[in-house]
Amino acid sequence: MTPLLKMVNVTKRFGGLTAVNNFSTELQAGELCALIGPNGSGKTTIFNLITGIYVPSEGHIYLGGDDISGKRPDVITGMGIARTFQNIRLFKGLNVLENVIVGKHLRLQSNVASAVMRLPGYDREEKEMRQTGMELLESLGLARFAYDEPTSLPYGQQRKLEIARALATNPRLLLLDEPAAGMSPSDAEELMTFIQHVLKTFELTIFLIEHQMRVVMGICPRIIVIDHGEWIAEGNPEQIQNNDRVIEAYLGASDHA
Amino acid sequence: MRLSRNTILTLIALLVIAGLLALAQAFMNPYLLRILNLCAVYSIFAVTFNLIFGYTGQFSLGHAGFAAVGAYVAALLTLSPSQKISNFFLKPIVPLLANVELPFLPALIIGGIVASLVGSLIAWPALRLRGDYLAIATLGFSEIIRILLVNMQPITNGALGLKGIPAYTNLLWSWGALAVCLFVTKRLVDSSYGRAMRAVRDDEVAAEALGVNLFKHKMMAFAVSAFFVGVAGGLMANLISTIDPKVFIFTLTYQIVGITVMGGMGSLTGSVIAASLYTIFLELLRPIESQFTIGSLTVPGIPGMRMVIFSILLLVVILFYRKGLMGTREFSWDWVVNLIRRLKSGKKTGSSGEVKS
Ligand SMILES: Nc1ncnc2c1ncn2[C@@H]1O[C@H](COP(=O)(O)OP(=O)(O)OP(=O)(O)O)[C@@H](O)[C@H]1O
Ligand SMILES: [Mg+2]
Repeated sequence: MTPLLKMVNVTKRFGGLTAVNNFSTELQAGELCALIGPNGSGKTTIFNLITGIYVPSEGHIYLGGDDISGKRPDVITGMGIARTFQNIRLFKGLNVLENVIVGKHLRLQSNVASAVMRLPGYDREEKEMRQTGMELLESLGLARFAYDEPTSLPYGQQRKLEIARALATNPRLLLLDEPAAGMSPSDAEELMTFIQHVLKTFELTIFLIEHQMRVVMGICPRIIVIDHGEWIAEGNPEQIQNNDRVIEAYLGASDHA
Repeated sequence: MRLSRNTILTLIALLVIAGLLALAQAFMNPYLLRILNLCAVYSIFAVTFNLIFGYTGQFSLGHAGFAAVGAYVAALLTLSPSQKISNFFLKPIVPLLANVELPFLPALIIGGIVASLVGSLIAWPALRLRGDYLAIATLGFSEIIRILLVNMQPITNGALGLKGIPAYTNLLWSWGALAVCLFVTKRLVDSSYGRAMRAVRDDEVAAEALGVNLFKHKMMAFAVSAFFVGVAGGLMANLISTIDPKVFIFTLTYQIVGITVMGGMGSLTGSVIAASLYTIFLELLRPIESQFTIGSLTVPGIPGMRMVIFSILLLVVILFYRKGLMGTREFSWDWVVNLIRRLKSGKKTGSSGEVKS
């Protein structure tokens, strides 16, 4: 079976700094896979490469067999990859429901003229976007905030909203960049349960960045570890926990800290 | 089809306003008419700037240039062939334009289209830039347009400008154009496309990650905006009857930015209110720039004094209403109805003897 995501010898250099070095991996459809590594090890850069924010200096990235390296971010989203950000990036001037249906705009059929004239075709699409957006909020327990400003939501709910917004684009692959960052251990735990719920209800593949190993141990059957932009280990939680290189990388990192 | 209360109120309000404007057109003196026309023209300038900056977040300073294009196109298309001959006495006009004379409506629309094309052409490279760089680039392009107007003498008559442009602009044209501009802009920003534009304004990276084509949506805002700026330029040319490149120097853009900020970024109502207040105040302050006497003291006229006062006013507004007069609020009938209800109930409690009607 072709993997859903395939990265082949991907390298990203920023001037003299190699943020990602010769990185390869595969994700199968339906998987929940974690990407962990110490501070500044290149995790976010890998997501930025997959979503087209950066173009690989070398190597290729495939989504279900299509080469997506070098494509524009919005095109890649249209092909089925959605993401959240390490630092929450909600649209402050849009309410919660609007934040979500922005993610449906790319599937809009009506052109701008029929939108301005509110032709029946456009009205139907707009109604449908609102309806499915609302259903999405309901299924994620966010419906009561629908008409609130996103910044008025509690922190944990803002994180969920970012996930809801990404789901609105109908992705096949969902990339979550440290979704539990800044949360208490119990909130982080709850969010991980939430992510498992999302994985099952939306029949997705999820690639999840986490800084702390502990958080993903319970829910991710497979974990990839990088350090200094390089792949250093891969396996199930137990294997990772006992891997010498991983221990060294994490201890080394905390030595510097 | 059943019409909602708000639609009926809007229709009634439009009819009343149209009636009032028709009356004003018939009975007001030309000086006051000119001010009212300018209110509409500046309102269009502010509303369109709001579309680009307030809603799409692109700090473009090309308005004066787009207005110049619209003004010159409309002027050249409405000037009679004989007027053209007397205008272009230094160098004759290009034969292609010598004998055209169009009615006002097509002249305005063509002016808008050409401005929109020029705007899009400028936006093409400029939109790769962000923030301050976009501002500098568009400002530069706007000045290039003005310099071209000075130098393309066989088409524009150069620095001499164009005189005797037929004074077609009246209140129904100018306020009618404003109504169309408001309608289109409001419908656009409230649509899915407008939502995408607002998302781009709030966070480009996130918007793109959600599948919004940044370039396309910025371009759309530019093209629509520049079209109406061009139309407003045409209205202005056929209002003041004499234009030259100096009318469109960059201070015009600064005024538009100031007005829009004053009214509130993201409020079309605010743009119209601020533009009208600005135009009226500027006229009221005109005496300041000529010599006047207070008692035995004679104060010499200081040219540019009005702009100083406007700038101070702008500062005051920004200091006390950080988001402009209206913030992001819009006029709505619900607001009016609520206000009337509140006033009514206030009256009831105020005067106990009053009979409830
Ligand atoms: N646009 C950029 N320009 C220059 N250097 C960059 C850029 N983006 C990332 N880097 C560098 O690449 C390295 C990897 O950064 P990245 O953000 O991918 O790390 P990370 O694993 O996500 O770290 P964290 O756990 O702190 O989120 C860092 O040294 C960072 O400074
Ligand atoms: Mg990171």
